[in-house]
Amino acid sequence: MITHPTAVELTEALAGVEAGPPGDARAAFIARVADNARATLEREAALGPAAEAAAVGRLRILLAREGDFETLNAELCARLRDGRLTPLDPAVLAHLKASALDQLAIDQPSYWGVAALQALR
Amino acid sequence: MDVPAALSALAPRLSHAATTATGVRRLSGGASQETWAFDLDDGTPLILRRRPSGGSMSAAALPLSTEAALLAAVAPRGVPAPEVIHVCEPGDGLGEAYVMRRLSGETLGKRIVRDEAFAAIRPGLARRCGEVLAAIHTTPLEGLPPLNVSDAAGELARYETVYRQSGARRPVFEAAFRWLEERAPPPLERPMLVHGDFRNGNLMVSPQAGLVGVLDWELAHLGDPAEDLGWICVNSWRFGEWRRPVGGFGDYQDLLDGYAIAGGEPVSLGRLLFWQALGSLKWGVMCLMMYASFATGVDSSIERAMIGRRASETEIDLVLLMEQAA
Repeated sequence: MITHPTAVELTEALAGVEAGPPGDARAAFIARVADNARATLEREAALGPAAEAAAVGRLRILLAREGDFETLNAELCARLRDGRLTPLDPAVLAHLKASALDQLAIDQPSYWGVAALQALR
Repeated sequence: MDVPAALSALAPRLSHAATTATGVRRLSGGASQETWAFDLDDGTPLILRRRPSGGSMSAAALPLSTEAALLAAVAPRGVPAPEVIHVCEPGDGLGEAYVMRRLSGETLGKRIVRDEAFAAIRPGLARRCGEVLAAIHTTPLEGLPPLNVSDAAGELARYETVYRQSGARRPVFEAAFRWLEERAPPPLERPMLVHGDFRNGNLMVSPQAGLVGVLDWELAHLGDPAEDLGWICVNSWRFGEWRRPVGGFGDYQDLLDGYAIAGGEPVSLGRLLFWQALGSLKWGVMCLMMYASFATGVDSSIERAMIGRRASETEIDLVLLMEQAA
């Protein structure tokens, strides 16, 4: 479901991480990013399948058609682009909100924008 | 290129009492420019900005001589900015470069937003940012070096093109492009000097003196002043303090009040929020662009891969802004 980068690409990037000299600031930074990437992959393995299934369920209703996630997501993008669906349509926004929350729970659960969104009645 | 040797040779021209440069160290560097810190032996703290030899100049980045000219143009207007000491000539052996005074203060947004040391200056900081932006925006354009001109619709189109080229299918971005396109303010009859990257990270703040330096002018252009007012309110640089929209330290009204009092033409909150939303969308597309340098093999580091996963933070922020508008 998640691309740019996919879990496969992240795994490949992790394989390329080499330990730097002790005390090196750049190496320490890279090590922290790598830890973060491993944690992201773990969350994606745990939460990704349910998030994708939920998205497919919402998209089938919103678009009134069948298909896998890639097909339905591409269809939603196309309809938003050409105006068949409008950005502030409550049904569209509800799907966008649910998807964004699910993806952020994987990518960056500590991001404060989640709290800001949840504070909105 | 031996930067320390070239700076030592230049030292007497930077300060009459100096004979050499000491403590020359590289601070940071991207593909388009390097920043070096050094001192003269008479104790003067300085910064060198230079284009790396053979370095690619990104399409948007200004020539360094233009950056230096802008610093010199805004300083007399009361804009806190480092004083340019010397614009390098070919004989200096440093390539395209200039030397400026080194200011002391903090640029890390997380510290400015959260550390106790900044608690006393935080309440006035958003207003001060408004005053400084008004001084930048009202800079007379006569005598400035050539600058790009942009407007809201043009920026949207530019970033939509980049997004399309990324091959990503992100419905929040699709929705945001259409939503903002309908609301884009028309181009100004007289575009003004816009900093282009006025946000935490590029603002040097002192615990005692507040805002002491506006840095990184390489994205300066002529355009809509509300662009700068919106950019500093993008949620990504609030460092957890999302209830304080201006950089995590102030409220919209503080920023707009400071702006108006210092002679800026009044900007409505709605116009600011348009640019804030466009700012989130731009940052999201930039995350995809930085990921692209990983995907194409230009930079295979884990850092470049992971920044792509920050695009979703801007999607949350855009959904919130669209919900508030709906």
